[in-house]
Amino acid sequence: MTTMTNTQPISAPTLRHVLHDPVWVKWLLTAIAVGFIILFLCLPLAIVIFEACAKGWDAYWAALSQPDAQAALRLTLLTALATVPLNTVFGLCAAWAITRFEFPGKSLLTTLIDLPFSVSPVISGLIFVLMFGAQGWFGAWLSAHDIKIIFAVPGIMLATLFITFPFVARELIPLMQEMGSEEEEAALSLGASGWQTFIQITLPNIKWALLYGVLLCNARAMGEFGAVSVVSGHIRGLTNTLPLHVEVSYNEYDFVGAFASASILAGLAIVTLILKSVLEWKQGKH
Amino acid sequence: MKVKTSITAGFFVIGLLVSGLALADRTLLNVSYDPTRELYQDFNKAFTTYWKDKTGETVTVQQSHGGAGKQARAVIDGLDADVLTLAITYDIDKIADKAKLLPKDWQSRLPNNSIPYTSTIVFLVRKDNPKGIKDWDDLVKEGVSVITPNPKTSGGARYNYLAAWAFAEKKYGGKDAAKEFIKKLYKNVPVLDSGARGATTTFLQRGIGDVLLAWENEAFLAIKELGEGQVEIIAPPSSILAETPVAVVDTVVNKHGTKDLAEAYLNYLYTPVGQKLAAKHYYRPSEPKYADAADLARFPKLELFTIKDKFGSWDAVQKEHFDDNGVFDQIYVP
Repeated sequence: MTTMTNTQPISAPTLRHVLHDPVWVKWLLTAIAVGFIILFLCLPLAIVIFEACAKGWDAYWAALSQPDAQAALRLTLLTALATVPLNTVFGLCAAWAITRFEFPGKSLLTTLIDLPFSVSPVISGLIFVLMFGAQGWFGAWLSAHDIKIIFAVPGIMLATLFITFPFVARELIPLMQEMGSEEEEAALSLGASGWQTFIQITLPNIKWALLYGVLLCNARAMGEFGAVSVVSGHIRGLTNTLPLHVEVSYNEYDFVGAFASASILAGLAIVTLILKSVLEWKQGKH
Repeated sequence: MKVKTSITAGFFVIGLLVSGLALADRTLLNVSYDPTRELYQDFNKAFTTYWKDKTGETVTVQQSHGGAGKQARAVIDGLDADVLTLAITYDIDKIADKAKLLPKDWQSRLPNNSIPYTSTIVFLVRKDNPKGIKDWDDLVKEGVSVITPNPKTSGGARYNYLAAWAFAEKKYGGKDAAKEFIKKLYKNVPVLDSGARGATTTFLQRGIGDVLLAWENEAFLAIKELGEGQVEIIAPPSSILAETPVAVVDTVVNKHGTKDLAEAYLNYLYTPVGQKLAAKHYYRPSEPKYADAADLARFPKLELFTIKDKFGSWDAVQKEHFDDNGVFDQIYVP
């Protein structure tokens, strides 16, 4: 107590001096951050839109209504539609298993979930070629039964499924760990069934994080290039997704077509960004 | 209940999308290399019209393009090509050899050793040729930056390499001199793209390099698409004859029931219509009499030698030059 009163109080200007960086540092850091964003995010985005419209709106719409562009868009949507719900269910199961149960190999499972993030997408694609390709493990069996996986739509979906697997689980695991299972145990002890507990207790608690994971999963499913490129076979109008169609158009000197398709993907990114902010805000409120 | 309805709705939408992709009529998949895109866009239209008139059947021809080596690899791994239209006979040999999808004597089944059109390698230089590039030995001069793709993945790049090699072997006498020449040449290459189209965009769009070693057809197309007045073609006095083969893939067409269609498709390449289209898209037709004289007049006159003349066979070339630890691996230092 006595030592407290004896201590010389720090004068206000000194305190401000210690806690705050000089003004020029503040401005410099802000300028670097803003400059970086303009240079590496806004400028490329502007170029995409500028190039897409370089020959006018008519050319833009004509490029997007080409049958190949339409097919690419359809395949991209179909892939997202097939993979996102599956990965939502897988993600929920994985998060549930990891946060609610104790079992041997749990930490290994947690690590494995992150595997698609740490493996290069090209390798992810090659894994499937080595498994299901004509020279691969199951190649002979598949071709004997006339089942096509690689260089067809199922291969594209498998590769996308693999790549986007971690998104939902990774959003849910920390949240569910933090929440603990007291509320669920209470519900169960009061006679609720497992399903009722999940729908009425767990789901409302995790819904914003779940949506957030689904959103990121969807963005990646639509935008994936590397893994899909390896398993696609690049058949025009059949196995080209939108990102692959961008490359094809660019290589065919069809710059309006390439950038028009790219603008769709860029638009998707912006929508994702806005939804993401909304979800973050909602999540923060709850 | 709600969940069930939305799941049903989901499956319904997926079903709709899948059925949109399925095609009732017969289709052919043509797996080709990089620069043939524009040719086959036109040719497929002509063929489907011809087939419809002849048989009443509506067919669809699907295309897949990429670096020749990569495309051959995909077919070996199970890409269901009904027909192959590739850059190098060796790539089709490999498919016959490794995946056994067609017999080894495939080349004898169509006219002219299954080569409906050929091409060669020329130089594309900046406007007015500021570095004064005229012949192969100008490429090894100091300060000349040469763009050519990676011969490990690109068919065109292998022709580039071999054309330079054959030139040096003749001019300077012997393999050692040729190896030295090639080493100097690749010292002047700042970047190796994986395919011919990538190298063209590097040269034209990114403005890198003084000279692009290009397929003749690719060089003409590039000028037409992008570089009118910015770049020009220089034909060296001698270059390599690029024999670009086509083949029906027996195993696949038997499975699909498309044998007659696939054979008719490739044979159509040899007809006046096919030959005219090849020449229009800057390929040298095997039957020049069918092509427009104006199209033929565009081709520069140069002395052309074949792989067989200078190297014996593709098999030997591949082993000596491009396989692991071959000459290319020995001389190329990135």
